[in-house]
Amino acid sequence: MKPPQFEYHAPATIDEACAMLASLEDAKVLAGGQSLVPLLNFRLARPAHLVDINRIPDFDRIYERDGGVAVRALARQSAVEDSALVARVCPLLASCMRLVAHRVIRNRGTVCGNLAHADPASELPAVLLALGGQVVARSARGSRIIPAVDFFTSVMQTKLAPDELLTEAWFPKSTGKFGIAEESRRHGDFALAGGVRYGDRLALFGVAPTPVLADPRDPVRGLEPSGDLEASPEFRLHLVQVLTERLFAA
Amino acid sequence: MKVNGVAHPAPGDPRRLLSDHLRHDLGLTGTHVGCEHGVCGCCTVLFDGAPIRSCLMLAVQAEGHEVTTIEGLAAPDAPLHPVQQAFHECHALQCGFCTPGFVLSVVGLLNQHPSPTAQEVEEGISGNLCRCTGYASIRRAVLRAVELSPK
Repeated sequence: MKPPQFEYHAPATIDEACAMLASLEDAKVLAGGQSLVPLLNFRLARPAHLVDINRIPDFDRIYERDGGVAVRALARQSAVEDSALVARVCPLLASCMRLVAHRVIRNRGTVCGNLAHADPASELPAVLLALGGQVVARSARGSRIIPAVDFFTSVMQTKLAPDELLTEAWFPKSTGKFGIAEESRRHGDFALAGGVRYGDRLALFGVAPTPVLADPRDPVRGLEPSGDLEASPEFRLHLVQVLTERLFAA
Repeated sequence: MKVNGVAHPAPGDPRRLLSDHLRHDLGLTGTHVGCEHGVCGCCTVLFDGAPIRSCLMLAVQAEGHEVTTIEGLAAPDAPLHPVQQAFHECHALQCGFCTPGFVLSVVGLLNQHPSPTAQEVEEGISGNLCRCTGYASIRRAVLRAVELSPK
């Protein structure tokens, strides 16, 4: 066995899932599993309980709400990529999907799971931030809305409480000029650095502990990206400059 | 769960990965296991018709679903699947370790894009690693598979 020991739960309803998250100590939500299962296989994550939400019916809807598009917790990234509604209401979201890992991963991975995982080099958190979107967090205590600008707190850390389930992400209608640009070693890999433009707004990813809003005229101001085997901090800053110029050239 | 059309009970231990279940419990060793974190693509299988990584899924999650492995793509006495035939014709494999994953990813790619552009081909196979550096012939095989696929 590769994953560490855990107790497996497969609730049939959202309420049941929230009740489990409220009562179980050290529980993790399993949605698409494309980030969580690698962490389990490497035993970097050792949750005592897994709450698998995949058996909850009708939890994969993509629908129009408040002028934007709402994506429920089990909507796969490939479904969002193929959605005519997303293409019409939020073409920015539609256009970024092909950069999120690979199609085979997107067939299983979810948009909401990607946001809750909050990898700083991931595209979707930056897209949500650039658009000024929000997420809906549900628990046995009730429901609350968390704006993107408040949601991401640090590397793989969010405002979600341990007993909360991210039930829905909401992306506003994108009408202005938009674009996404990133540099990665291989198509589908996590970006060394990337940027999302929406109108005059710029959200950067891969260069800070969370996605960050930046000034398109001086995008590197205040940035202190980390260095690793793939890119030095200086190279990441260089990428931010070049990618921002490309995004705002049009 | 149904694997290649045959019903099997899910394993008792929820920690069993689908990839390990297929190989160790069902003896379907055509599903290869490389990196076990979703990068190499060797363990790709069809899940309800769409390719997924079997190393990134618990076997219990496949309960009630249909899984197709490379063994199930064409019956033993039937002609090869068009994608298999194309890989054969174009020499799109050397050691063969990555091949089951490539073939099933390409089956998914051609379901999504029956006549893929060059960019769609490149992106479609970008999630699979081949260490014998056969990408040029794999790319040719994808285009050959398009020709061989029933219209």
